[in-house]
This record gives sequence, structure tokens and C-alpha cells, in this order.
Amino acid sequence: MSATKFDVRYIAELARIKLEPAEIATFESQLGHVLEHVEKLNQLDVSEVEPTAHSFPIYNIFREDQIRPSLEREAALANAPRQAQGLFIVTKVVE
Amino acid sequence: MKSDYIATIGLEVHVQLKTKSKMFCGCAIEYGAEPNTHVCPTCLGLPGALPVMNLEALRMTALTGLIFQCDVAPICKFDRKNYYYPDMPKNYQISQYDLPICQNGEVPLHDLAYPKDAQKSIKNADKRVRLIRIHLEEDVAKNFHFETTSGIDFNRAGTPLMEIVSQPDIESPEEAFAYLTSLKQALIYADVSDADMEKGQLRCDCNVSVRPSHQTEYGVKIELKNLNSISGVRRALAFEIDRQISALERGEKLSQETRRWDDDRGETFLMRTKESAHDYRYFPDPDLLPVKTEVFMPAVRARLPELPWFKRERFVREYGISSYDAGVLTDDLELSRYFEAAAKGAKRPKAVANYVLNDLLSALAAAGKSVEECPIEPQHLAELTGLIEDGKINSKQGKEVFAEMFASGEAPEEIVEAKGLKQESDIDAIKLLCQQTIEANPKSVEDYRAGKGAAINFLKGQVMKASKGKANPNLVGETLEKLLSGV
Ligand SMILES: [Zn+2]
Repeated sequence: MSATKFDVRYIAELARIKLEPAEIATFESQLGHVLEHVEKLNQLDVSEVEPTAHSFPIYNIFREDQIRPSLEREAALANAPRQAQGLFIVTKVVE
Repeated sequence: MKSDYIATIGLEVHVQLKTKSKMFCGCAIEYGAEPNTHVCPTCLGLPGALPVMNLEALRMTALTGLIFQCDVAPICKFDRKNYYYPDMPKNYQISQYDLPICQNGEVPLHDLAYPKDAQKSIKNADKRVRLIRIHLEEDVAKNFHFETTSGIDFNRAGTPLMEIVSQPDIESPEEAFAYLTSLKQALIYADVSDADMEKGQLRCDCNVSVRPSHQTEYGVKIELKNLNSISGVRRALAFEIDRQISALERGEKLSQETRRWDDDRGETFLMRTKESAHDYRYFPDPDLLPVKTEVFMPAVRARLPELPWFKRERFVREYGISSYDAGVLTDDLELSRYFEAAAKGAKRPKAVANYVLNDLLSALAAAGKSVEECPIEPQHLAELTGLIEDGKINSKQGKEVFAEMFASGEAPEEIVEAKGLKQESDIDAIKLLCQQTIEANPKSVEDYRAGKGAAINFLKGQVMKASKGKANPNLVGETLEKLLSGV
């Protein structure tokens, strides 16, 4: 079994996923194994390796500040389950 | 604020950059457009759409960093800030976490940046508020709340948004006001944002805590939201500091929470407590490659503006005006440009400054016009002060000409000509008027000769009246003195 405890309940809550107790047990063990694999990396000596922010050694992919055509509003709203007054309508949200 | 308590305030300011297009797509940025008319798969967060960085937004953020003497990072990158809310349908906001564009730096608080009623009692003159960081992110969509539903407009989603985070260096609502005023001014001078709080181009969240002055560790931090104007920030902080002190005095324990400011009611209300705080699970955005800033920094350095506080010093030096006047003139970028355009061609820039600060500003205010809409050409204002300086018209006539210039936009010479306002500087004509006045006012003459020096002012007034205000007052004064002393 994994030595690393994976907090499945907390992650599920952050991801807004509802899990059954049996599923929690399964994922806890499975994800624990994944963590274990990842932790093997900690055993490597990386003191000589330059830190990277991305897997490709490529930088500076930019665009100039130019306006390009947007979607027609009808197209933008076409897949919305609900719409009104040009707005996407969703379940009421509060901050 | 009670003197036996210390308030500690840190501000997080979000600034919309004035790029033409959005941060990661080419949709136009337009305030007040019809909802969802400037949207595309990228800013709608549709699956498969890929973001591409707007270079100009990076340049503007780096420029802001230079203005406030931040360290611009050699390498920065973008991260995903994960959360669930319909204003961000891809469920993460692209932001910067551990490698922001700018770190450190400071914002100077100048005397005139404080609220008018507090300028006489500034506690820490020339204070500088340190910055923690400036990073770049994308703005989110706008929500409209209806009775049972909410509506979302994505026009704003993806607008480049710069977040400026201060150290908790601010100690009073007045300092917070000065900080925001200085910040806003510099952003406008650098042309990176219009920074209009009413339009949401500058938004501010405050963190505020209080503690008894003998206590070293900070009090409980409370976050304030919904601050829509700089004076609103001041009011909200004043209320909140009082509220927290009163609670502590009653022996209550404060808890970490977010409160909403209601400007109409002048109170803050609880929004949420720490329990529901977010865990954003930041990680590097694999869709975006890191940025090496060195490639665009030379261009950014070339765009460094003359900052308001340096312009103020230069105005004092070059135009011989007071620091206060220079401060008011440089407060507003357009006004400083107007003044300088006029002062450059003027014999006495000080007179131009007086006209701008007294007459022009009140005329503009009365007409509800901005400096850009000013009907008087700066060059004409310089000419007007020249006419007065040369004695062609007196200062009273100057006011008349000014009013006419403001109404018609005509040049002062033309107005003087058309109205027959030329000041009487003909020495013989003035001498005649003076003699007549002396004969008609024997009592005042007697007073003057008996040592009442002020009597000459009455006589002078009579001469000016007789000339219908056209006589050169200096010449009148000299002539009267000569005649009365019998020279
Ligand atoms: Zn777009």
C-alpha cells in the first residue's frame, strides 16, 4: 500500500465531484500509487539541472496587439442551453 | 482613528490595460459594447481553443514596473488559477503565480495626492509604499444578477489585467487615498490605462487589520470588496478601522473574513468567512511558453514617460512657479500639457500659470468641459498674458478678453481690437484725466498732502472710472504722484 496518503475527499470537493465511499477507497489507493511514482523523482540529484517552466525549450511566442474578427453573437450563443438579451443565462450565482 | 491603535492596510489593485485587443485572442476591447459581441472560442473558454500572448500587454506591464522601480524578471511565465464560477467557463483564470513580470518597487505619496482636507496634516511626508509584485492576468466575464438567474457577458473576459500588490505599508485611509491617486496618475502618464474606477478600469481590494499600539504582531486581516471610487476606499477604510477598534474594545474577537462595502449606507457587511476560502491549485499553463523579457525591454525603456512628480519639479525650475501650482498643473496630464504649450511662448510663465489655475479651470468647470475640449488655444492664452504684461490692456480688461476668448475661441488681439479695449497709455491723455480728478476732489488731495497715503488710491480709482477702465493703472499712479507732489 501507498505510504503517501492522498486526500481524495478534499480533491473531489475542489473539483466538484461527488464520490461514493467505495470510490473514495479505490481512488485513494490508485492516486496514492501515482504519487509514489512521482516521489521517486525526489530521489534524483537535480542540483546540476537548470529549472524549466515548460517541457519545450522555447520562449516568447507572442502576437502583436491587433484586432481580429470575433464570432457573430448568434454563433457565440448557439450552444447555450439558455440565453436572453444577448447574455448566457445560468443558475443564479452569488459571490 | 484612536491614537492607541495602529491600522495596517495593504491594497491589491487591478488595472485594465488599454491594449486594442485582448490578452490571449484578437477580440477587440470596447467598454459598453452590446453583450457578447467581442467574443471568440478563446475568450469564451471553449475546449481546444489556444491562447497566444499579446506582446503589448507584456510591454505595458513591464513599463509600469519601471515606473515604480520594480525588478523586471528576466523570465516570467503564466499559470492556471483554478476555480469554479461561471465568469470563467474554462474553470481557470490564466494568471502568474511564482514568476510574475515585476517584483518589489515602490509608489511615492506626494502631498497633493492626499485628499484636500488632509493635505495640511500629512503624517509621513514623502512616504513611499513598497510593492510586492505586479503581474499580468486575464480579466473575467461580467455577471448580471436577475431574480432567479444570472446572465453572463464575455466582452470583458480576456482583457489584459495587471494586478499591483502593495506591502501592508499603508497606515490610514488618507494614505490609501494618496496611494491610489499616485498610482492612477502614473498609469495615465505612462499611457498604459485610463484607470477610471467608475468604468472598472481600476479596481481595488483592501486588506485591513488593527492592533493596539503596544502589540507587535498584526491583528486579524479583513478583506474589503466592492470599492468603486478612490474616495469610497477612504470612507470604507475609515468605517472598517472604527468598526474593528470598537469590536476589540468590547472584548470581541475578530475573525478573518471578507466584507462588502455599501457606499450608500456607509457600512461594510460580511460576505464570507475564512472557512470558505479558496484553494486555487496553481500550476504552469502548458498552453503558454515562458517569456524572456530582455527581447522587449529596450523598447519599453524608450517609452518611460516623464513622471508627474519629476514634471512638477521641472515646472518649478523652468517656469518659476510655486511647487503647489506646479503640483496642481501636473496632477492632470492634459492640463500639464496645456500649461506647457502656453508657457513656452510666454514672457512670464507665472502669469500663464495664474490664468490656467484660476480663470481657465473655473471656466472649464462651469462649462462642464475637459481640458481637451478647452476652446482657448494655449498660444492665445500666452498672447493674452503678453498683452497685459506689455500694458496694452489692464488686468481687468484681461478678464473681459478672457471670457470672450473662452466663448468664441478667437485670438485676444482680435477681441481687443473689435471691442476697442486698448489700454490708454497716452501720457498726455492720462495727465489730463488726472488733473481733472485732482480738481474735482480737493478733500482727498488735502488728505494725501496731510500724510494719508491711502487717499491716492481713491483718486486713482476715480481716474480709472473716468477712463472707463481703459487707462494704464501703473501710469495713472505715477502721474498722480507726480502731480500731487508738485513735480
Ligand atoms: Zn476572443
